[in-house]
Amino acid sequence: MDFSLSKKEILFQQMIREFAEKEVKPLAAEVDEEERFPLETVEKMAKLGLMGIPFPVEYGGAGGDNMLYSMAVEELSRVCATTGVIVSAHTSLCASPIYEFGNEEQKRKYLPKLCSGEWIGAFGLTEPNAGTDASAQQTMAVEEGDNYILNGSKIFITNAAYAHVYIVMAMTDKSQGTRGISAFIVERDFPGFSIGKKEKKMGIRGSATCELIFENCVVPKANLLGKLGEGFKIAMKTLDGGRMGIASQALGIAQGAMDETVKYVKERKQFGKAIGKFQNTQFQLADLQAKIQAVRLLVRMAAWKKDKKLPYSVDSAQAKLFAAETAMEMTTKAVQFHGGYGYTREYPVERMMRDAKITEIYEGTSEVQRMVIAGALLK
Amino acid sequence: MKIVVCIKQVPDTTEIKLDPATGTMIRDGVPSIMNPDDKGGLEIALQLKDKYGAHVTVITMGPPQADDMLREALAMGADRAIHMSDRKFAGADTLATSNAIAGALRMLDFDLVITGRQAIDGDTAQVGPQIAEHLDLPQVTYVEDLQFDGNKTFTIRKSLEDGYQMVQVDAPCVITVLSSANKARYMSVRGIVEAYDREVEVWTYDNISVAEEKLGLKGSPTRVWKSFTKGAKAAGKVYEVEPNEAVDIIVEKLKEKFII
Repeated sequence: MDFSLSKKEILFQQMIREFAEKEVKPLAAEVDEEERFPLETVEKMAKLGLMGIPFPVEYGGAGGDNMLYSMAVEELSRVCATTGVIVSAHTSLCASPIYEFGNEEQKRKYLPKLCSGEWIGAFGLTEPNAGTDASAQQTMAVEEGDNYILNGSKIFITNAAYAHVYIVMAMTDKSQGTRGISAFIVERDFPGFSIGKKEKKMGIRGSATCELIFENCVVPKANLLGKLGEGFKIAMKTLDGGRMGIASQALGIAQGAMDETVKYVKERKQFGKAIGKFQNTQFQLADLQAKIQAVRLLVRMAAWKKDKKLPYSVDSAQAKLFAAETAMEMTTKAVQFHGGYGYTREYPVERMMRDAKITEIYEGTSEVQRMVIAGALLK
Repeated sequence: MKIVVCIKQVPDTTEIKLDPATGTMIRDGVPSIMNPDDKGGLEIALQLKDKYGAHVTVITMGPPQADDMLREALAMGADRAIHMSDRKFAGADTLATSNAIAGALRMLDFDLVITGRQAIDGDTAQVGPQIAEHLDLPQVTYVEDLQFDGNKTFTIRKSLEDGYQMVQVDAPCVITVLSSANKARYMSVRGIVEAYDREVEVWTYDNISVAEEKLGLKGSPTRVWKSFTKGAKAAGKVYEVEPNEAVDIIVEKLKEKFII
């Protein structure tokens, strides 16, 4: 067993940290405040190959792996969780299912554009009445000649307003239950497709989260992803990868809040000494540091198993559950350590606390992760 | 066009701590980076590559760990990397270093040699100019901008303490570059993924024809009398405004500092 990073991973970490520090961090507060999608950052990331890290060079990817991808989401989220989730949703929820379940023609058509960042990707599963119970899909897809006609809507879709291609789940045969759900690759220009209202969110406010509307949306049969009726399976497998990405995001948020807190408690003086000199501060930070490190190991293991093509669904759920709850705890305490200053927008920790909350909710709530873990434990 | 960029791995600090007893640098715990001026030089080379399709070789003389910096240069877009590593090169001052590097350059085909202005660990700014002298090539130092006519002439903006000078020079030549000349690019993800699978040529004493007494400690006439840490200087601020407005700003600043 070897816990050290490879030379390649160290070089990658050096690059992504510098990029995050110099290009992403300076925009983080503004992106949050103005609820602005940082398109200029996406362009910079695209140029470096960050929009296609784990995909083979023959499909336009960087030829990297999930470990590098996870490290990228972690380091970006350490300074700006919005930027982290843009990369995560694009990579894990759109490019990945096309790479893993798409046919050769679909891969050749979509992956180069997604990996180069020319196109941004998104994923549509959640509906107003199908959240944690994802099987209750109401969006319908009906076969008509060479096409499927989609009707319905999806909500809370990350990257929606800026994406060019969406992986969309729709019911093709209601009588079959989850086996009647199919996955489709939908382009934003397809007739009958439109973007609905933009959500006003508590955190990750720069990520454009919107509704997707399908009104007799015409999707060519060639854009069926996987086989008919495989949609639910594809969605669940896709979310395994997505959870590894969100776990990386939560890890980054927790680490970012720890970085800010360490800096602050060394500088802030009360009762004649730095607050970091008080044992109450030290013991709380020690506990949090141990948790963050445990999260990091869980996240790296999930990424490592995905790279080794080993089953990693439970690992991903464990990583996400623990990462999200640690991020929430770390950021809440970070605000407390900062006192009144932490409650203001002068300091980044209140933003981190708002950003952390979503990691306990999206791509499967913490309760869903517990269902996955317990399901495997008690089977 | 063929370009060779000379780069050096240095400790990541502009404030190198010295052992007060011996006057030598304490390198423990200080991460190593590509010298910033050298990185600026590599960026100029890579921009010429982007525009004119140049072939870029990076070369360094240094201990085994300098390999990581060469991989970084490859990941940024360099085509070939040469690592001069031999005990016979060890202990070199600027003269012995430039003798060794000039020896390696004689074995290479190039139109342009780029070095950084100076390394942040020694601050001598001597190696680049010495290389040019050994090779009997024209040199332009303190380069902050370079334009190429696509044939053989470079038009260069050379920084001076109180302004700048425009210079034209024909290839082959040597230039020394300031880190402020540009914003060096990041390594690409694909470049990083491939960096450790690519070849870094290791060159020893046997690869160059330079007399042994001109290399390493033997070839180093420099005797260190005293080392000291240079005083910290705050970063200046540049205002690009009309003269009238500039006067107001200057007066304001002088008042702020209670000078007037």
